[in-house]
Amino acid sequence: MSSVDGKAPFNARQGLTARQVWAGIGLVLALILVWMVVAQWPAWLNGILISKRTFLTTLLNGLTLAGLYFLVASGFTLIFGLMRNVNLAHGSLYLLGAYVGYEVVSRTGMWLLGVAVACLVLAVVGLILQVLVFRRLEGDDLRQTLVTIGISIVAADMMIAVWGGNTYQITEPDWLSGAVRLPVVTTIRADGTAIFLAYPFFRLFVLFLAVAVGIGLWLMINRTRLGAMIRAGVNDRAMLSASGVNVHVVFAIVFALGAALAGLAGVIGGSALSVSPGEDVRYLLASLVVVIVGGMGSVTGAAIGAVLIGIAEQLGLVYFPTYGGVVTFLILVVALAVRPQGIMGK
Amino acid sequence: MSAASPRPAAGRSLPAAAPPGDPSVGAHLGLAAALLLLPAVASGFILVQIGAQSLILGLLALSLMVLAGYGGMISLAQITVAGIAGYTVAILGENSVAVHGFGWPWWLTVPVAITFAALGAALIGWISVRTQGIYTIMITLAIATAMSLFAQQNYTLFNGFEGFAGIPAPTLFGQRLRAPMAFYYLCLGVAALCYVAVLYGARSTFGLGLQATRDNQRRMRALGFDTTAHKVFAWFLAGIIAGLAGVLLVWFQGRISPGTIGVAAAINILVIAVVGGLRHPIGPFLGAVVVVLIQTFATDVVGAARHNTLIGITFLVIVYFSPDGLLGLWSRFQGQFRQNPLRPGDGA
Repeated sequence: MSSVDGKAPFNARQGLTARQVWAGIGLVLALILVWMVVAQWPAWLNGILISKRTFLTTLLNGLTLAGLYFLVASGFTLIFGLMRNVNLAHGSLYLLGAYVGYEVVSRTGMWLLGVAVACLVLAVVGLILQVLVFRRLEGDDLRQTLVTIGISIVAADMMIAVWGGNTYQITEPDWLSGAVRLPVVTTIRADGTAIFLAYPFFRLFVLFLAVAVGIGLWLMINRTRLGAMIRAGVNDRAMLSASGVNVHVVFAIVFALGAALAGLAGVIGGSALSVSPGEDVRYLLASLVVVIVGGMGSVTGAAIGAVLIGIAEQLGLVYFPTYGGVVTFLILVVALAVRPQGIMGK
Repeated sequence: MSAASPRPAAGRSLPAAAPPGDPSVGAHLGLAAALLLLPAVASGFILVQIGAQSLILGLLALSLMVLAGYGGMISLAQITVAGIAGYTVAILGENSVAVHGFGWPWWLTVPVAITFAALGAALIGWISVRTQGIYTIMITLAIATAMSLFAQQNYTLFNGFEGFAGIPAPTLFGQRLRAPMAFYYLCLGVAALCYVAVLYGARSTFGLGLQATRDNQRRMRALGFDTTAHKVFAWFLAGIIAGLAGVLLVWFQGRISPGTIGVAAAINILVIAVVGGLRHPIGPFLGAVVVVLIQTFATDVVGAARHNTLIGITFLVIVYFSPDGLLGLWSRFQGQFRQNPLRPGDGA
């Protein structure tokens, strides 16, 4: 569509390519951020951003949330990229994962087992959905999408029937609880002792896990045979099928993987935050916005979108609480206005 | 904006908007007579809870049907548009929560509310026509959710979570419009007006241009039509319908809150439109009657809290087996199952 708009492409003869300009802007922003983390803040900056501790904690909260969003949205974007199927029941998968994780953890007390069971159960659910529903409606994107809406309505109601309207919290394991002292000085007292920034270990773990999953996904997609099939399927499904690959198996694997990621995110989110009805819609919206902003079908785009949305949401919550919801929306509108296909979209 | 299509669709004479199962004139007259005479037999509860509510939700679904059926744009933001009108009525008119409530008379608030709604719809449309197909669903869903969250968080304008209550319907010629029979006829009148307008609009030059854009945007653009303007104008027109529905909805419920324009409500409208069928403007009203009946009486069938499951399953079954909703089932039943020449590729 952009080619029809008549905008001149960024001209190389002007001296800078678009990529160089963006890299330059990114570098400047990164330097500012590094300075903000390392330096002692002058009073005027404290005046604007409340305090260094507040700002850095908010930033870390944003990154943690971004990690969670990425886990949910990466499965969403994979499924979309390959099958052109907007799985609007993805939020329900997240919530189901959280509930399953809660049941397992509260009965056995083993958090890792909860994660494993939730991933497994959700992978199976995803597989069943793919085989029973999506394969039968293949080629009809719109009906697939409508069916996922129907599924999400029924699923939300059934989950309320089973787990009620209560809010649950999955107990995080001992080895992940507590706070860590980060090597970042927030303030220096009058007597010269430095106060370091403390942050919940579990949230750092969430961040770490999201990065690990992201790298794992990237490696799988770019370095393995299955990844090559998935990329080929994203580009041209029919051609992949014609070259002898059983597309249905690839679809099923990706769907199971995406659902398992949603389940994983459910347990993580249920431990870091909480589990309650309505969370499905929240995470569905988050995935939607992340994927629209980042570019549909791109895992890298999902990571970028998640970071943008996560940080914006948390900063918005702290610095302009009344308009927290609008920040997300503004990013969406700006992204659509500038790049309708998303940051990494094609 | 309709001036963007100076050239009529020359050459073939198109059978304008005559999808399978198109109710004939006789059917229309019969339906009108039945609806007009309903108050003679039905109780106030049926008139308002079933009749008026179906008509209002049907209007909302009709605004979606205009976009989806003629424009190929499935919008989940129609409830948001209705919400703009509803909130405007609550803020400019009277309410009992002592926030805003400027006490403007209804003949001032209603036109302003509908104008705001239509302009808001055009804005949402302008944002979302940059995308197509399922992308439009995603973006409008995101917009609807964001607006609902915004209304929930903002207290200065929307009064936050609580919203507005005690919004009275006006009194006209000494007749309280919210009285069962008056309200039923009011809704029926507005619905009939919009229904006829949509039927007429679908055969107008603009309507044909919109349908042609739906079928082949590239070709229409090559022919010199401003397809974006067509789509945005369709959003504007659908916004008027949704705005009318929003005003009726806020009079019907007497209150409006973020929950009124939430995701569940947005999806409810889509369910209604799809269950009824998106091929013909009668579909949304059909779907609304079915869904309202289920919502009202499901309690007796599946217990108090599980009516959403029943609605979800009904929706699933219909989407799964009949993509054209109840209208599709009807036309299949009639043995008239043939492809609409205006929509190639649908039968595939």
